[in-house]
Amino acid sequence: MAVTLDQTIAQKQHTFFSRLFANQTFWVVIAVILACLFLSFATDSFATSKNLFNITRNVTFVAIVALGMTFVIITGGIDLSVGSVLCLCSMVLAVTMHAGYSIEIGILATIVTALAIGAFNGMLIAYLGFPPFVVTLGMLSVARSLAMVASNNTVVFQFGPDHQKLLALGGGAWVFGIANPVLYMIILALITGFILRWTKFGRHIFAIGGNEHAATLTGVPVKQIKVAVYMISALSAGIAGIIQTGWLGAVTTNLGTGMELQVIAATVIGGANLAGGVGTAIGAVVGAALIEVIRNSLGLLGINAFWQGTFIGGAIILAVLFDRIRNFRRSD
Amino acid sequence: MSVLELANISKHFGAIQAVNDVSFTLEAGQVVGLMGDNGAGKSTLVKMIAGNFRPSHGTMQLEGKELVLHKPAEARQHGIEIVHQDLALCNNLTAAANVYLGRELRRGFGPLRILDYGAMYKRAGQLFAELKSETRPRDLVKQMSGGQRQAVAIARTMLSQAKIVLMDEPTAAISVRQVAEVLNLIRHLRDQGIAVVLISHRMPDVFDVADRVIVMRRGRKVADKKIASSSPEEVTGLITGAIEQVG
Repeated sequence: MAVTLDQTIAQKQHTFFSRLFANQTFWVVIAVILACLFLSFATDSFATSKNLFNITRNVTFVAIVALGMTFVIITGGIDLSVGSVLCLCSMVLAVTMHAGYSIEIGILATIVTALAIGAFNGMLIAYLGFPPFVVTLGMLSVARSLAMVASNNTVVFQFGPDHQKLLALGGGAWVFGIANPVLYMIILALITGFILRWTKFGRHIFAIGGNEHAATLTGVPVKQIKVAVYMISALSAGIAGIIQTGWLGAVTTNLGTGMELQVIAATVIGGANLAGGVGTAIGAVVGAALIEVIRNSLGLLGINAFWQGTFIGGAIILAVLFDRIRNFRRSD
Repeated sequence: MSVLELANISKHFGAIQAVNDVSFTLEAGQVVGLMGDNGAGKSTLVKMIAGNFRPSHGTMQLEGKELVLHKPAEARQHGIEIVHQDLALCNNLTAAANVYLGRELRRGFGPLRILDYGAMYKRAGQLFAELKSETRPRDLVKQMSGGQRQAVAIARTMLSQAKIVLMDEPTAAISVRQVAEVLNLIRHLRDQGIAVVLISHRMPDVFDVADRVIVMRRGRKVADKKIASSSPEEVTGLITGAIEQVG
């Protein structure tokens, strides 16, 4: 026998490059880089520090929520409530601080709100077997309505004694002139990536998305983990809400309207599969970046803003198209 | 002493009597073929041993000690492993990840314990080598053949010191060449002194690999005899009811 069993087993099936080229996230990164290069030459205004500062900061809000959404999508679920939850959380922070409480208490109240909403979504989905689409669609409506109730549908722009601290938290640039939200995004992305790759919890999330029945049979605590992922998703919306409040310096009840779709688009462009079982932290960030670069470039190139939706929608379909083509080839 | 002894086990779901007064013993290093038509009670019986159901009547003894199971994890702690009919594999994970699903190895201390990829790949590789299966621990399960998938599911049962391995239709949905592979895996488990219960519809497989055959019909045990003293014709007769009962 020419080839022994051990040799067959030891043989590596994929090289580093073959794996890289088969990776949707890699191609999206290339697309982002090419777009940036093109824009740097085509326009005078793209590669200015001010514009880059704006882009990176604008990416962060969608990206941070997309990181939380990635957990949900990997389990095969969906969270449509994130935009409204972001708004409610911002409003809780604004109203609490406006009433004269410190920033610490405001943030605590916000995070408790986010976790409570996530736990509610997760319990209904995991223990009562509701479809995630329905539960979070309901929460989309409930959370925005509660934000209106909490603020009496007014704009809140005075945040009590810690007003300046909050603005610095969201709007400052404490390290090397990098906008604070960008730093938070990088830290959260690293944490997400670590959890997904190196923890038992992360492994179980992928298992649930791959085959929930198998995960249950092998003793994975499926229900608890499902509750946890919806809590993480709501928490990420809450964190984004806090940062965005500090950056904007005002909260209205239409904050985050339609954001859920941008967030889902970012995760899908970054390579997550809505059927579950696939997704990465870097993908969520890169997907959000591509959307923002498209949006920014259309403005700089002087293309009518009405075209934005077409280009972003096209990017979603194109990104998934690559994935489909790979699957067709594999099934041949 | 037998590994497992079932005494007068019955299970009913409401008015339906799924298993009726069944007794038998399992010996270490023995393969028992469990045969019967659809609805004969094979799966229900095996699920009681695996901790999925609790018997309505009767007792089970593991190595002479009374065995009461409330959930599958408890059965596993007692060294009873099951290979499910659908194998319970996650296509999006690697072979090693599937072998260790639910009992991942970790290193580090306290709250900062990370997955020990190296150790899991290594041990999974050893198990596949022991099983003489061409399965690579780093490959994704979705790229694998039916026989390799069986090997992954079976390797799972070898992680801990299993005493009993229950296999539900392991050869139902795979090609002829892969069937031979799976039967070899079963012999391998037997040679390690594990008691194997093989639920199967396929007569040739049972006569090929089993030492004993138990036939069930409508919830009752109608035969329990050595393969050597039986024949496929007799077993077919017992399954269909043409032969009422033997032994």
